[in-house]
Amino acid sequence: MTLTISDDTIAHTGPAPARGMLHDTWVIARRGLVHMKRQPEALADATIQPIMFVLLFAYVFGGAISVPAGGNYREFLMGGIFAQTIVFTAFGVAMSLANDRKNQAVDRFRALPIARGAVLGGHAVANLLKALLPIILMSMCGLAIGWRIRDGLVNAALGYLLLIAFAFAMIWVGVLLGSLVSTPEAVQGIGFAVIFPITFMASTFVPTETMPGFLKTIAEWNPVTTLSNAARELFGNPSTVAGPDAPWSIANPVAYSVIWIVVIIAVCAPLAVRAYQRSVAK
Amino acid sequence: MTDEKDTGPTSNVCETLQHKPQREELMSTNYAVEARGLVKRYGSTTALAGVDLEVPTGTVTAVLGPNGAGKTTAVRILTTLTEPDEGQAIVAGFDVRTHGHEVRRRIGLAAQDATVDPLLTGRENLIMLGELYQYGKAQSAARADELLEAFSLTEAAGRRTSGYSGGMRRRLDLAATLVGRPEVLFLDEPTTGLDPRGRSELWNVIDTLVGTGTTVVLTTQYLEEAERLADDIIVIDQGRIIARGDARKLKREVGGDQVQVIVVEPGHVPEAARIIAAVTGVEPQVDAGARSVTAPTSLGVETLVLVAKEFTVARIAVDDMSLRQPTLDEVFLTLTGSTADTEFPATPSTNQSPNQSTQSPNVFAEEAQS
Repeated sequence: MTLTISDDTIAHTGPAPARGMLHDTWVIARRGLVHMKRQPEALADATIQPIMFVLLFAYVFGGAISVPAGGNYREFLMGGIFAQTIVFTAFGVAMSLANDRKNQAVDRFRALPIARGAVLGGHAVANLLKALLPIILMSMCGLAIGWRIRDGLVNAALGYLLLIAFAFAMIWVGVLLGSLVSTPEAVQGIGFAVIFPITFMASTFVPTETMPGFLKTIAEWNPVTTLSNAARELFGNPSTVAGPDAPWSIANPVAYSVIWIVVIIAVCAPLAVRAYQRSVAK
Repeated sequence: MTDEKDTGPTSNVCETLQHKPQREELMSTNYAVEARGLVKRYGSTTALAGVDLEVPTGTVTAVLGPNGAGKTTAVRILTTLTEPDEGQAIVAGFDVRTHGHEVRRRIGLAAQDATVDPLLTGRENLIMLGELYQYGKAQSAARADELLEAFSLTEAAGRRTSGYSGGMRRRLDLAATLVGRPEVLFLDEPTTGLDPRGRSELWNVIDTLVGTGTTVVLTTQYLEEAERLADDIIVIDQGRIIARGDARKLKREVGGDQVQVIVVEPGHVPEAARIIAAVTGVEPQVDAGARSVTAPTSLGVETLVLVAKEFTVARIAVDDMSLRQPTLDEVFLTLTGSTADTEFPATPSTNQSPNQSTQSPNVFAEEAQS
């Protein structure tokens, strides 16, 4: 090894003034995207998994499940898997934060003269972009097995927008989870023990109408149900028909989903930022 | 070391640098780091119990202490990563509490474990940091290439750092701390976990940095390393500074040499201990497993002559006999009355390659011949 560090290499000219939050956030987001590209196994929850669910439920379980309101089960299914995949966004964020802490990348960034919040912002942007991937892949897969947008492009656009907004809300859940839990393995454990069942106790794969009383009530108020139903409604697909005695959440899935988005962001974002700061400032 | 074809002797570096003029403006009498009464508690544990620190600009200060002494906490406070509960710290002219951003613009930090991004290549790592230092794309790339070249990483620049050897990762980590052209460098245990060759390579790198006028604060568990690199040594234990000064002063305080003998036959250990006790007048420390007998001595090289004579008479075969400087453990024994709570053996060479310990276990042994 021949070291040729010169005065020039270390010249103390001092760095240029900060160009601000957006630039720093984007640099860190780009790093997050490179990470995803180079860790295909970490991308599985956004690529293989949703497509696998679509195919499994469409072909293996689908034949045995009927939609009470009538209509094609495959079209019913798509809204549910869209919703489930979006909820899993939290997972990816939590994993990237836990990995950062494990690799001490957090400290490296915090010792740099970068905008406050750029690290968290970078993770959020990268994971929001990552959430677009399964939406696109699943839409293509859905089209291939007979799913169609049947209520006009405007409503469909609103449907996609609602999913992305929910993904943004779930990012803060992920930040909270990733800050409270110390290792990537623990994130994985909690994801499977908590988030996974929540996405099943809903109208994700089966209509809520056939569930037993207590579970039905939980499912009806579960935001995963309403997000699924809202997507179905906006894409013009078969969904749960809200009877006269249906709870408000079932009768107004879009509005109820929007309320959840607002509530999750309002509650989780401040908690998450605080938990994150506490987790890194040891 | 899995992939170290780009390593070799480094001695020529310092020579070339010594001819370059020192940067006068950096050699002023100002302090690059000045801290008063730093206290940091974690729950019921006190990590720092009132630490004062002055590091003159352009010098190297080593913070020496065992695991858990508070070294890393001190570095974290000085690099704005954590806030002190009490006290004040000025780094590169700015208060870490009130002007953290200004401090961060002027420092570089190499944390205890090399924190390079494993999924990015060496070059990508440096470019990303350059962009975060607001250099712009082209300038960041140029800076990255310049540093990769300087740290002999050009060949490995395009590979992900997860495949780097420990030494390469450390070098990249050091290169990363220089991206922003820092005035003050903080190196937290820069050689922990490196093998002896990696360690001496890194020492040369640090020498080079110092030669260019950068102020360096480094932490270490090794007295040998502190003596090798630092102008000033601060010994810290349980959150308090227990001694400070240059290596010579510290060693004087600690009280001179240790004679150590390693015998060939385990059965000879008690007899060896008896002889050494008789020569030094002190009850020696015996490590039966290592067949080693150690005792402090004030007789200098004379000790070796006397011990050798007695051993010849008693027909005790010796693997190694040396007069050496105290280890960190012994420094602590003297300064605090209790041994340092180190996870690692106190001398780096025994840490990395136990099979070498029967040869001269450290550099100070050479002094026995003088």
